[in-house]
Amino acid sequence: MRQWNKNFVVTGMGLIIPVSIVILWHIFSVSGLIATNIMPSPLKIVSTIVDLFREGELLEHIGITLYRVSMGFLLGTAIALLFGVLNGYFRTIRYLLDPLIQALRNIPSLAWVPLFILWMGISEASKISLIALGVFFPVYLNLVSGIQGVDRRLLEVGWVHGYQGWRLIRHFFLPSALPSFFVGLRSGLGLGWMFVVAAEIMGASKGLGFLLTDGQTTGRPAIIIASILLFAMLGKLTDYLLELAGRRILRWQDSYESLERRKAL
Amino acid sequence: MGIKSIGSHLQVKGVGKRFGNVEVLKRLDLEIKPGEFIAIVGRSGCGKSTLLRLLAGLDVPTEGEVLLDGERVNGIHPDTRILFQDARLLPWKRVIDNVQIGARNGDKARAEEALRLVGLEHKAKEWPSVLSGGQRQRIALARALAGSPRLLLLDEPLSALDALTRIEMQELIEQIWWEQQFSAILVTHDVSEAVALADRIVLIQNGAIAIDIPVPLPRPRERNSDFAYYEKLILDHLMERGAPASVSAVSS
Repeated sequence: MRQWNKNFVVTGMGLIIPVSIVILWHIFSVSGLIATNIMPSPLKIVSTIVDLFREGELLEHIGITLYRVSMGFLLGTAIALLFGVLNGYFRTIRYLLDPLIQALRNIPSLAWVPLFILWMGISEASKISLIALGVFFPVYLNLVSGIQGVDRRLLEVGWVHGYQGWRLIRHFFLPSALPSFFVGLRSGLGLGWMFVVAAEIMGASKGLGFLLTDGQTTGRPAIIIASILLFAMLGKLTDYLLELAGRRILRWQDSYESLERRKAL
Repeated sequence: MGIKSIGSHLQVKGVGKRFGNVEVLKRLDLEIKPGEFIAIVGRSGCGKSTLLRLLAGLDVPTEGEVLLDGERVNGIHPDTRILFQDARLLPWKRVIDNVQIGARNGDKARAEEALRLVGLEHKAKEWPSVLSGGQRQRIALARALAGSPRLLLLDEPLSALDALTRIEMQELIEQIWWEQQFSAILVTHDVSEAVALADRIVLIQNGAIAIDIPVPLPRPRERNSDFAYYEKLILDHLMERGAPASVSAVSS
């Protein structure tokens, strides 16, 4: 029960400022300080979302966007895991591949769009590939640095007990790299949400990114803001789920964060 | 008792180790008979930890060779286990899984047995982060024992513990060594620890063996006047205080 109270207070503190902003926004809209044809009131946004939901369109848009993000996230993470382990563990492979990956990393997401359309057309494949590309880099980067940061003294424990090759990777390198892998997953997911917008703006007939462009071409700011808010909420929600998973998997960590949580407030 | 083994016979022949231009060990000769417990004592930087790493196969000697039961040590040997200065438990594994790392073929029953030997079977499901320093080192001891070592190398394993825990651990190590009959080599700068545990004390100075003294005290060892005599004898050598006079005075 106490634990629930703590969580309640922590969550409540995070809500104070967003809720205040919405209240101010509402007051300004009602009093006419903000032109509602440019910035609709919060109530108008909510009713737009409710309307979209009633028409049955909204769930379809959210569903397809979530599908693209999760497929891209899984694909990007899988490739990052493969290359991260290979490059983190084998020096020769790292010397061969890492400079190239670092160079590709600096290409802005939108620069890939024309190429992906040309290669794969305006298809699900091109969208998912673009998202996977965005997810790949942070996951890869953090995994490699996590693997290379493994405590040599712990590795000696592995060697002394006859751990080599894959068993050494599985029991020593990977668990030790997990905290930094999770940092990578979370920033990868963030980039996944950024890239899905790029992917859906470049040509889609469904999805939250399509709603954005639709709102723009039909001159309905409420739809644009509604989609932005939905992006924010979905992004936060998925990040929260990932954080929960991370906290559970990394519960062995004896860190400042876990200490803080234990005696929170 | 399922965890049982007979100690290895270790021979160190003309072993030298050099890091760049620095000669850390100079043509060292040493023999450890099966089941013997020897202590290697020296000031910090004398090369004692380097010697232990060579014996473990974690490093290779620049010259000479280390023989284990007549066979040249070439890398890590499955019959040799090390207890490091810091416990080096894997934070991401629970206590029992940490011990299991030491068991051959990950034998869980053997891990549980080793945990019982050090008296911490009730901590099996805990994370290492919640244990005290002494408990962690006992878990590390269990991990080493789970592999039924024939040679146990102890690299100043108790130096980070408080005085009472240290004496408890010394008694535990002595008792387990007595039961299991493995050979043991303890590297330490704590003279009283060396006298408490070792059959023989080897003093290393500037990378060479200065003296090699048998300690024929009965076990389990009590901290009486004989104990104090050996303590003083080794300490005087270590501090280079003209030991011979005090030797004759006490032994008469």
